Amino acid sequence: MTGATGLISRLTVGWQESGRPATLREHVRRFGELPHHRSRPDLTEQVTAAGLTGRGGAGFPTGAKMRAVAERRGPAVLVANGMESEPASEKDQALLARAPHLVLDGIQAAAGAVGATEACLCLPRSRDWLIDIVMAAVRERQQAGLDTVPVEVHDLPHRYVSSEETSLVHWLNGGEARPTLTPPRPYERGVRKRPTLIDNVETLAHVALIARYGPAWFRQAGLADAPGTMLATVSGAVAEPGVYEIAAGTRIGDVLMAAGADAEIEAVLIGGYFGSWQPIGDVARLPFTAAGLRPAGAAPGAGVLFALPPGACGLAESARILAFLADESAQQCGPCMFGLPAIAGDLAQLAASRPGGDPLERLGRRFSQISGRGACRHPDGAVAMAASALSVFAADAHAHSRRRPCTAAYRGDQHAAPLPVPRPDADGEWR
Amino acid sequence: MSLRLEINPIACTGHGLCADLLPELIELDEWGYPMLSGPIPKDLEAHARRAVSACPTLALRIARVRAHQETRRAS
Repeated sequence: MTGATGLISRLTVGWQESGRPATLREHVRRFGELPHHRSRPDLTEQVTAAGLTGRGGAGFPTGAKMRAVAERRGPAVLVANGMESEPASEKDQALLARAPHLVLDGIQAAAGAVGATEACLCLPRSRDWLIDIVMAAVRERQQAGLDTVPVEVHDLPHRYVSSEETSLVHWLNGGEARPTLTPPRPYERGVRKRPTLIDNVETLAHVALIARYGPAWFRQAGLADAPGTMLATVSGAVAEPGVYEIAAGTRIGDVLMAAGADAEIEAVLIGGYFGSWQPIGDVARLPFTAAGLRPAGAAPGAGVLFALPPGACGLAESARILAFLADESAQQCGPCMFGLPAIAGDLAQLAASRPGGDPLERLGRRFSQISGRGACRHPDGAVAMAASALSVFAADAHAHSRRRPCTAAYRGDQHAAPLPVPRPDADGEWR
Repeated sequence: MSLRLEINPIACTGHGLCADLLPELIELDEWGYPMLSGPIPKDLEAHARRAVSACPTLALRIARVRAHQETRRAS
């Protein structure tokens, strides 16, 4: 089903019907039953042929990941990642809340294909309402005797770096939900030292559809180098912020238009708080895909678009986001632990045109001292976002550094970028 | 095949002994954490080994890398 430019319903079929999670019966009516894995062609090959890539942010080819796990010795473990730690993304919770059985089907199908004998579904502890929905769906399937691989739902601390693969493995092994050093990668040695396939919940929902309808069907939407559909979360200066299912390769401008973007917007943050700011004129005609955005130095991440409202200060927004990312450091690696608060302070100083040295000079020096020096990519992502802000809002940065701030930077209570409400009790909560 | 310094950034707590013992290849950032350059020239191998064994948290090691393997953390 294709609606307005680029909008398409596969995962989102029926979301508008009832406004509540699809029951097992409704789910089967919509999609048909999941074929048993012994009675269908090899799913790993089908997923590879479909060209599905991970929808959690990194965009790695899912078929290659499945093969890597399947080729290891011994029974594997499947981990479904529903942590969605990116505050500007809502698509994983929307998917789990509307179509939990599609994700649970994907877990069964992928587990069967890679020889996993158990599955863990990781959800953020802060979303207890979502955990209730998913648990109810799991129980529904148990009563129907549907699943061959047992699924355990886990509630993890909801921190930015807790959705990182190694954080999930560490937590499931009894440790803290903080990243660990690689190698070993989880596919080599993960949960209880077993080969572990970790996939984002949206990725698994696509796997459930490929298992039913095959790779040729999957490729009917999207581009040759970015097939299928994807869920995008659009926020900021748009009339209808929310989650949209789009054909992969839909142009950024069309996605924004579908959400009713303000005609005056000048800049967008692409890919989330790990992503990059871009002038709208540079990217509106580019496809919202990894290959399409690479020349602009951007990436779709988990499908996030934030339109900076006209009149808002990009530097002030970035300073606020960077302060959040600094707070969300796992506090393990020095350059991240000390470097991110330092550049967050520099950017806040610049945004507010406060006196005290030259923050632009300090930022330039510190960016190169922080990138690539953590165990995970958290510091790299934060630096890339901040650097893109200085480049896209260069004229503003220059004016601010000469003590000519814009008035928007002072309106502290009117910031636009979505950030989670801090939970004081969650401070330092990693287990 | 060449030798290169590698750091475990989680284990490193910024004592900074390594930079005292091998200033040719290790510089501390403004927070006291080592920034490494590599590969290790032949005449500095002994000094590199001394720096590795002096690390109080065992965060530093010497890795053997093939020429085409550029390690991300060596920067």
